[in-house]
Amino acid sequence: MAVAGVLNNRRSGLSRLFEAYGQEFVVLGAIIALFVIVGAVNPRFLGNNNLVNIFSGNAYIAVAAIGMSLVIITGHIDVSVGSLIGVLATIAGTLAVEGYPIWVAWFVPVLVGVVVNTFVGALIAYARIPSIVVTLGMLSILKGGLISVTGGTWITNMPPEFFIAQARLFGIPAPVYFMVILTVLMAFWMRYAGLGRAIYAVGGNLEAARASGLYPERVCVLAFAMHGFFAGIAALLFATQLQVIQSTVPPNLELTVITAAVIGGVSILGGTGTVIGSTLAAILFACISSALVFLNVSAYWLRAVLGLLILATVLADMARRRRHRAGGRL
Amino acid sequence: MSALIELSGISKSFASVRVLQDISFDVRAGEVHALLGENGAGKSTLIKIMGGVHRADGGEMRVNSAGVTFASPRDASAHGIAVVHQELLLFPDLTVAENIFMGHAPRTKWGALDWPQMRERARALLDRLQSQHIDVDDRVGALSVANRQRVEIARALSQDARVLIMDEPTASLVEEDVQQLLSIVRMLRDKGVGIVYVSHKLPEIFALADRVTVLRDGARVGTAPIGELDERKLVSMMVGRPIDQLFPKQETKIGVPLLELRKLAFAGVVRDVSLTLRAGEILGIAGLIGSGRTETALTIFGITPATSGEILVDGKAVSIRSPQQARDLGIAYVPEDRGLQGLVRPQSIQENVSLAVLKTLAKGGLIDARKEEQLAKDSIAKFGIRARGPRQIVKQLSGGNQQKVVLAKWLATEPRILIMDEPTRGIDVGAKSEIHALMSALAARGLGILMISSELPEVLGMSDRVLVMKNGTLVAEFDRADATPEAVGAAMTIANASGEAA
Repeated sequence: MAVAGVLNNRRSGLSRLFEAYGQEFVVLGAIIALFVIVGAVNPRFLGNNNLVNIFSGNAYIAVAAIGMSLVIITGHIDVSVGSLIGVLATIAGTLAVEGYPIWVAWFVPVLVGVVVNTFVGALIAYARIPSIVVTLGMLSILKGGLISVTGGTWITNMPPEFFIAQARLFGIPAPVYFMVILTVLMAFWMRYAGLGRAIYAVGGNLEAARASGLYPERVCVLAFAMHGFFAGIAALLFATQLQVIQSTVPPNLELTVITAAVIGGVSILGGTGTVIGSTLAAILFACISSALVFLNVSAYWLRAVLGLLILATVLADMARRRRHRAGGRL
Repeated sequence: MSALIELSGISKSFASVRVLQDISFDVRAGEVHALLGENGAGKSTLIKIMGGVHRADGGEMRVNSAGVTFASPRDASAHGIAVVHQELLLFPDLTVAENIFMGHAPRTKWGALDWPQMRERARALLDRLQSQHIDVDDRVGALSVANRQRVEIARALSQDARVLIMDEPTASLVEEDVQQLLSIVRMLRDKGVGIVYVSHKLPEIFALADRVTVLRDGARVGTAPIGELDERKLVSMMVGRPIDQLFPKQETKIGVPLLELRKLAFAGVVRDVSLTLRAGEILGIAGLIGSGRTETALTIFGITPATSGEILVDGKAVSIRSPQQARDLGIAYVPEDRGLQGLVRPQSIQENVSLAVLKTLAKGGLIDARKEEQLAKDSIAKFGIRARGPRQIVKQLSGGNQQKVVLAKWLATEPRILIMDEPTRGIDVGAKSEIHALMSALAARGLGILMISSELPEVLGMSDRVLVMKNGTLVAEFDRADATPEAVGAAMTIANASGEAA
């Protein structure tokens, strides 16, 4: 015990930072390593066009992963987010084509996202149906409904001012601003807002949270409502980045979003993780998929690589925790 | 008579806490050897060592005179030692026969499960246990607790157990089932099985045991044939020690009533509980596990709101339907199970300490980080929490320090009524006396403390008054002067105790 105490006192601030944000550092390190290695093999990887493609083209995944992190930290899961984003993007495009004011086309999908997921959260919290069941149901309803209504047609001819994702400020595409600002705001909110803290507490120990005077049901609904908001923003970025909206569900989007949260350090058991981690992980995916192209590797390998990445990061995380548990006990 | 299993000089420590020291113990063929001791005396650890769950740090274990070490429960059962756990480790969705033969099912020559043989042998085992009424194809989850227990005993016998360890087998049985269980135990004994019988219920011990071993604080107090003992002697072996030095409750002026319960009840597990807690008072509630003490606390705190009866705070009737209401009335509850209801273990000390007062710390929805950190630092200093700092994750702290965090969290709400459920369970001796000193200081400041404890010395040393609870209701009340270990112990354990009703 005494020995452990001495060791602990000698540990530097950096190592403590690493203990608290280990997973985030691992992901950041991986991103940097990728840039260095792939950039050395093929310098065009670091070209302006490709960087825009990596950061801007995948920002909507990072934004969706913020909401997913909230849900997972609360101790739940949402497998329907990909379908929801598909539906919301279609709504945005349709409103724009039908001639509604642009702000309506931007605002309504976000509102619908919040309403739908508030309902989902209420089913989970108050009807006590496991989240995996509710969202599996939502996945089918949204996916089936979307195909039935639109027939999978492409939406085109949106007015030019609709394409918010193609706008630039100081040369940087708008989606990057969305990603960075929302991530920073949410990181701050989760650390310093009472409600953010409640999300960690409910996911970490629901009974203790209840005994401490929090309302776990309300926290769950709130987490899902916010998740709906982020899904709405993600849908907007997704819908406006190209000239067409394919009114189907982007394949495997929900898995990519969940994977980003988990690789970013959000514990699938709830209670731990940060949105900084999930955003970094979403950027890491984008880097990997782009790197595969530049290294002339078939895009089909992307899924396999992501799968390996999940296993590797979870193993690394467990090893890190075990080391700290062994050395850090007082 | 030769010993089936014999332990000598067994010791065991967890982290730096010594739980068993130099224990010798043996079980002979055809005897019931009762193992007694308060909670925390080391009984379960000893059982787990014999059952192969834990490995002893020192000492020897011999089975049929040959030295053995068990690496796993499977090793133990291969040596003929089986444990019937208190929390019946069965698979509720499998059938009786499957449960009995889980892990050692009879096989056909092709290696498939031999269902006819499995069902037939299960039938024979249950018949041996006078359990003809249990169908081998029943789902275990559909059986009563008593019947599940028989399945577990049958499971032990199916592995040719010669030593059967039973951990509080009657804790959750009704009287009729208890009698039947006792007759099964006698029958097994007469067939030459050696039985280790752990129970708090003295009448059972006297009805069943051939010899008794008493443990206290991880050491063996003594082993004696049952004929040389009576109830008073046993109780004093279990609890007897000079307790006044260990538990320093300061003399405090007892003030006005803070909390009054009038015929409080919850769903049959809390019945007709009436009591008064005054400022500056520590009111101890003694009783066995399952006697309704924790349930009473949960009802007062609004986790399981009362189904009838009245709660008065400061002489005014109040309605408490949720922990939030209880907190706002100045009630705090330090729960029995730190892991379950007390702490968010993946979070830091700072985040745990502020959890019950987030509203007070927040301005416009945002937590004042500086205030929060100050609260955590103050708590660490005031409660002597040994940690690297306010940002250390609670999971990494020792049990005693975790308990101090829970206490700090609740005292941050500035309560006037503090309910402490098993305040020092699983905590080493040093931290224990620190927590006792804290409780004493809090009472001196005018808090009323309702303390639930299964450790008699703690109850007797800390309490101004002692209430004894049994079967969901209060059965006796003692003033500090009259609360002797013998009297309180007797009221807890002996049916129809002579203590005055509260």
